[in-house]
Amino acid sequence: MKKAALLILAVTVISGGLLLTAYIENQYFYFSTYIVLQYIILATAWNILGGYTGYVNFGTGAYFGLGAYTAGYLITNFNLPLPWLIVAGGTSSAVLGLAIGYLTLRLKGVYFSIATLAMSIVIATLIINTPALGGAKGMYILRPKEVSFFSNYMELLFATMVIIAVFTVALAWFIENSWFGRGLAAIRDDEVAAACNGVPVLRLKVLSATTSGALMGIAGAPYPYYISYMEPLSTISLDMAVNSLAMPLIGGTGSWIGPVLGAILLSTTQQVATVTISSEYNLLIVGILLVGFVILAPNGLVGLFQSLLKRRTD
Amino acid sequence: MNGLRVRAVRLGKYFLCAIAIVAFTVPAVHAQKPLKIGFSMALTGPLAQAGKGALLAMQIWAKDVNDGGGLLGRPVELVYYDDQTKGANVPLIYAKLLDIDKVDFIVSGYGTNITAPAMPLVIDREMVFISLFATAVNQHFNYPYYFQIMPAGPNPVVDWSAGFFEVAARQNPKPKTVALLAADAEFAQNAVDGARENALKHGFEIVYDQSYQMGIPDFTPIVRAIKARKPDIVYVMSYPPGSVGFVRAAKEVRLEPKIIGGSMVGLQYTSIQMNLGPTLNGIFNYWFWAPEPTLNFPGIEAFLKKYQAEAPKQNLDPLGYYLPPFAYAYLQVLQQAIEATKSTDQKTVGEYIRQAEFETVVGKVKFGPNGEWARSRMLFVQLQGIESHEMVEFTKPGKMRVIYPEKFRSGELIYPFPGWQ
Amino acid sequence: MLTLDLFVNAIVAGILLGGFLAAVSLGISIVFGYLDIVNIAHPAFVVLGSYAVYILNSTFGIDPLLAGIAMAAPFYLLGILIYRFYYAFFERHGAESLRGLVFFFGILFLVEVGLNITYGVDYRMVNAFYLGKSIEIGLVGIPYRLLIPFVAGVAMIFIVYLYLSKTFYGMAIQGVAQDSLAARLMGADPIKIKSVAFGMGMATASVAGALLIMISPIEPSMGREYIGRVFAIAVLGGMGSVVGTLVAAVLLGIAESLTSTFYSPSMAPAVSFGILLLVLAIRPSGIFGR
Repeated sequence: MKKAALLILAVTVISGGLLLTAYIENQYFYFSTYIVLQYIILATAWNILGGYTGYVNFGTGAYFGLGAYTAGYLITNFNLPLPWLIVAGGTSSAVLGLAIGYLTLRLKGVYFSIATLAMSIVIATLIINTPALGGAKGMYILRPKEVSFFSNYMELLFATMVIIAVFTVALAWFIENSWFGRGLAAIRDDEVAAACNGVPVLRLKVLSATTSGALMGIAGAPYPYYISYMEPLSTISLDMAVNSLAMPLIGGTGSWIGPVLGAILLSTTQQVATVTISSEYNLLIVGILLVGFVILAPNGLVGLFQSLLKRRTD
Repeated sequence: MNGLRVRAVRLGKYFLCAIAIVAFTVPAVHAQKPLKIGFSMALTGPLAQAGKGALLAMQIWAKDVNDGGGLLGRPVELVYYDDQTKGANVPLIYAKLLDIDKVDFIVSGYGTNITAPAMPLVIDREMVFISLFATAVNQHFNYPYYFQIMPAGPNPVVDWSAGFFEVAARQNPKPKTVALLAADAEFAQNAVDGARENALKHGFEIVYDQSYQMGIPDFTPIVRAIKARKPDIVYVMSYPPGSVGFVRAAKEVRLEPKIIGGSMVGLQYTSIQMNLGPTLNGIFNYWFWAPEPTLNFPGIEAFLKKYQAEAPKQNLDPLGYYLPPFAYAYLQVLQQAIEATKSTDQKTVGEYIRQAEFETVVGKVKFGPNGEWARSRMLFVQLQGIESHEMVEFTKPGKMRVIYPEKFRSGELIYPFPGWQ
Repeated sequence: MLTLDLFVNAIVAGILLGGFLAAVSLGISIVFGYLDIVNIAHPAFVVLGSYAVYILNSTFGIDPLLAGIAMAAPFYLLGILIYRFYYAFFERHGAESLRGLVFFFGILFLVEVGLNITYGVDYRMVNAFYLGKSIEIGLVGIPYRLLIPFVAGVAMIFIVYLYLSKTFYGMAIQGVAQDSLAARLMGADPIKIKSVAFGMGMATASVAGALLIMISPIEPSMGREYIGRVFAIAVLGGMGSVVGTLVAAVLLGIAESLTSTFYSPSMAPAVSFGILLLVLAIRPSGIFGR
């Protein structure tokens, strides 16, 4: 029953999103929602590895950037259509995720995190030194002039992101409620005990790292069209890594809804702050939000709601 | 205690400022609807120092215009948001400016990273778009109403360094070899392409050609590697911390070629000039404006006076010779076009800017077919006779001698480089 | 272009840079190695130290290094304060270190924004009579700008090393790291000892800040450039190993210096992080790890 309800929810969100493009003229809506959706995908993807298994990944920027650069390369050289870009971007980041997954074989805790941080610096350096990807000069991506079904290209990008986001969240839900997710939870609680109980620890970890990486790459694939000009230092940034781990934490890492709530809350706040405060105080809010949430709501928004509900029923 | 109160007042000011932006309230001096000019600006992030200086210049422009009765009888109002020096924020800022705030005109924020992401929307809406120091963006978009205020010239990548190598080739005995060093970032990498082309054009042999990644703490190994090649010319394209690091290391290692300098960003900043002081003597570098008699354009003095009165209060560059005059000038271009056409129609104003010549605080500006300056006016100056670390040193003429172009020349190149002091 | 002159100088430059990098990484190594706290805000505190030094240098003309040493005391107290806060809200509840990590990310933002609001983002530099001069020994030229940070960095590491291995509190810190319960049974208050260790980590940030501003101009978010490097060094050296930190920093310094001199400066960071990934894959506990 629950499955059916969620399926209906997913279909409603997608068709709702598509319908919106017919009614909303205001471009600001699409641009700002695009960023929120991007973070829903990134936070959910991060949580599939970070939240479910406890391996904290600092390399979101690298996965995202690899997806974006793969797409950018395919646009400028072969002019491939959007679906292919998404497949290609996802694939290249999945390969990176696979490699990082095997790294978990040897590295735990903060060592794993630092390895992912180092990996993103190495990837940024390699892109800087690759002329075919524009190097440090950056890469210009021109949007197609014509677009079918939609009145302009931004609406198409928005609709694409709605579909990807729903797919990502559904996948997270599925993982959580399957043997896969239960295995991951066992790994998070105690890796050795899980292995002793016959959980295929390595296979699960690698699978979850690959899935997480692939989804981040997919999130990056439409980005070249959104930004029009990519350069490595800002595409692979620490900010993105911090955001995509802070969002699940603010929302709650235990379930699929946590990253979604965290992403909506944090990225909306950031955007509202951008257009209202427009000064250093903007970053101050982000800092206070991070510190405040980890202190006051240890289990994120989800935990906060749960304890409120519990108090009421008691 | 007093300091605290000052800070509290300043905090209050910021807050009021924020509210003013949110509420779009303008002093109701005119009954007319205000003419809104929207833009994004780097008020935080790596380029914030420059961005805030530009914003102050733009606010001075707005006040000047409003004190003079406004534009077409309407008061002007600046609507701006902080882009945090991040390109990802730019599309949505311009979407908000156009769709929610309904501004009448837009101009760009500071730099290539911030200008390029706005282009699809600009083109979509057919807006006039004057940009502030973006490099060669329109080569990719070929948009007729894009204009760019940095005087790099019609082919910015190559024209940028043309003057430097032209001067070098004129020297006697003529230098033969060149070392090129560039930061791994957008502007420097573009500039090095041009520098390579110009060096080869004048028959120099390139003996060293490398990039370095931003944020390296020490340049000593790089400078030694350059010195080992014994180049006659060292042309460096760096950003402020790198420029300081390079100059210090070059002095320590005694890298003393015949000409040293190029495109080091940051040597034009007052704080860096005050720190390096006499060490700067002899460096031959690009410049945008200096207090030389040949560069005394109409209005620049009055503008700098207003800027310098306000800048220290906001912790900005106290002299403001680098970016602020151009931030004032790009709005002057817009202003003069609107006044001349008596129109706020994008096409009318855009077509006018394409063909007219403008009298601004940075001199006469005329745009070429691709929206860059029709002719390059990159200045190359040699720092000479700097004796102390005091700020007043850099306000006097004769310290930053314009060597190129001929039209603005105010001194002779000391050749070869006399060595570090 | 391989000449002996270049090679020797590249090695020397690498060693000098290594001493400085070790000073910046030391606090991370102590705090992570002994307290298991990932203080990602450490580079931001180093920059905070640089600003403190800048203020003392520009208003009172105090020598940057002396200013850095003088500021170590307030930084020590600040460290104790931060640790008590961290303990009260995280460690006491046995909270997972992930939340602690996000907490320190938040602190990093707050430090940056605080500096930003107070001093703007202009570049700050210091003056001292010895900066800009250098000494020549045979083939080798050594600028004081690098020599002083190197000597100060090594001296600081040596002092910390002596403190940890010779004094009661030092040994207690090592004891707490190994077995908190046992230390408690022996009558040592682990909270107090851990506060001392965290304070010490912070005190090194003040000195490292002085060295940083001698070497290059600073601005509030400068610390970010160092996050990758300092964690690489702390891991490479084996967390908690003071000597290991120095050795790792010097190795990294030499690797980057040689790459810059003989190959391409642009690839220098890829080389050092490549080394880190390699070491992590082969020997995750680092060169001197326990």
